[in-house]
Amino acid sequence: MTDSAGATAAAVRFGDWRARVLRAIDGTAVGAAIALCAILSLGLLLLTAYSLVLFVVGIGVVARPVRWLCGVNRRFAGRSGVRVDTPYRPEPEEFRRDFVGWLSRSRWILTDPATWRDLLWLLLNTVIGLIGFVPAVALYYVLEGLVLAGGLWKTILHSEGDGSWYFFILVEGPGTALIAAVLAIALFFAWLQATPLILKAHAYFTRSLLGPTRRAALASRVRHLAETRSDVLETQAAELRRIERDLHDGAQARLVGLGMTLGAVERHLDDNREEARRLLRDARESSVIALRELRDLVRGIHPPVLAERGLADALRALGIASPLRVDVAVTIPGQLPQPVESAMYFSVSELLTNALKHSGAHRVDIKVWHEHGVLRAHVADDGHGGAVVERGAGLVGIRGRLATFDGTMEIESPLGGPTAMKLEMPCALFSPKTSSC
Amino acid sequence: MRVVLAEDLFLLRQGLIQLLEAYEFEIAAALSSGEGLAEAIATHRPDIAILDVRLPPTFTTEGLREALRARRLVPGLPILVLSQHVEQMYARELLADGTGGIGYLLKDSVFDDEQFIDAIRRVAKGGTAMDPAVVSQLMASRARDEPLDALTARERNVLELMAQGCSNTAIAQRLVVTDGAIAKHISNIFTKLMLTQDGDNNRRVLAVLAYLNS
Repeated sequence: MTDSAGATAAAVRFGDWRARVLRAIDGTAVGAAIALCAILSLGLLLLTAYSLVLFVVGIGVVARPVRWLCGVNRRFAGRSGVRVDTPYRPEPEEFRRDFVGWLSRSRWILTDPATWRDLLWLLLNTVIGLIGFVPAVALYYVLEGLVLAGGLWKTILHSEGDGSWYFFILVEGPGTALIAAVLAIALFFAWLQATPLILKAHAYFTRSLLGPTRRAALASRVRHLAETRSDVLETQAAELRRIERDLHDGAQARLVGLGMTLGAVERHLDDNREEARRLLRDARESSVIALRELRDLVRGIHPPVLAERGLADALRALGIASPLRVDVAVTIPGQLPQPVESAMYFSVSELLTNALKHSGAHRVDIKVWHEHGVLRAHVADDGHGGAVVERGAGLVGIRGRLATFDGTMEIESPLGGPTAMKLEMPCALFSPKTSSC
Repeated sequence: MRVVLAEDLFLLRQGLIQLLEAYEFEIAAALSSGEGLAEAIATHRPDIAILDVRLPPTFTTEGLREALRARRLVPGLPILVLSQHVEQMYARELLADGTGGIGYLLKDSVFDDEQFIDAIRRVAKGGTAMDPAVVSQLMASRARDEPLDALTARERNVLELMAQGCSNTAIAQRLVVTDGAIAKHISNIFTKLMLTQDGDNNRRVLAVLAYLNS
């Protein structure tokens, strides 16, 4: 019993170590790549300076590799857990394919403060980026120390023919070999500890220059808000037009018909009671149909079950009513804002309809939960996949619906399936326990 | 037959009272909100309670909740729930205890006096009355089930009417065939759905509803 427990603990420790070593090896590789970037930085910097001096337009040519290199380093920073967003201003629609186009393209690049921050980063990175070599060098010395200590000093003899230098030790016998081994092992642990730290330090350096400034971040936020606002207004206007049309052609027309029928009943009441009776029956049927149409319309505007029971039960009701086997798990410890509830409901409902119509799935798993100020939903089916946002108008609609709330949708739907959709919407919960985001 | 009624819309409440009195029901209490509903039912001990799902003060599913609470206070109390829309989930909640005496109808159903009164009497006697809209939702949600696919079109008709709560005779009248033919269809349906057939009509209906609802 204790043995097996001990064995498990050992296995855990071993797994832990394995992960740490793998992380350090990965870090060493990335570090080496960063250092290579530093050398590239130097080259690019010289090229940029040269093309600037030569002719301002030259920047248009060099900007592309500069931005590429900066992009690569942003991703490296991301691997160390430091998120660096792209700060560039959006590219104008299209440049003319002539000299004027070149000029305006160069102007777009030159007037973007991010370009100059890129160049400053290149300049500093030619030196700072070399720090990326440190893990690789350290690893080399670890290996060299072990190899020497392993007795190979005899075969790799220096020209003097009496041993090999390892740092300050001349390895020439078992004693010095042992010291070299101890040194190498110490260096190994230092490498293990320091590699992630070095990468993280470089990542912070990268973020300080390659990330968006507060100004740029605000500008991009304003752009996003302007875009989503106009989308929202358009969607809303379209929705109102649809409701107007449905009412006009549906319930309104039926009520007109009803009024006319009742008028006819009034005329026939004395002379033709049989006809009056038939017309009354028609009128009643017509009112039933009008009610049904209104009911469907209401369901499309705001489903009654959502108003009555909230998101969790509304999604459960969707699952129950679907011919697919639907598992719904919702954990929301509080009250969501109504617009968010409604957006999430219609998004999931659309995904469920898609799964039914296009995926050939038999079962769907719906998980909805709220954590760290974000409402998340995963909708996964066992269908044949191949869902693409651009092709499905429904998916584009969902993305737009979520974007209004700064929400996002990710799709994983390889051909052959299965499909997994991840929806996210930042939002606060109305509840004394949970704070807002 | 004594009735407790809860409906917040004045016109509909008055209309229902007139209709019920015309058919010689006695209105023990007519409420306009969900407050005190369960208590009113417990004091008056009506033969049936007729309730709107959405009632003040919360305008959510007050009526449904109070109905289920009243049923716990008075076991087996027949309840007829009226609503502007039908929801399979609510039907499931109402039918959960599996004892019958449950009706769930759209408000439109009051347009047809005779069928509406017939539904009330059936529920009061411990039977069931499900709106055709509820039943078609149930059928739609089982659209991909093999046993249901195996039914003939006529058998599906019979199944739908049975799920609505109709007796054999009523089904026979609606489909213009003999009672014997209906009995044969029902026996086929039960075999295909692998349900055990019970002599009692109410229990048969409940079995079918439980099957569709599972």
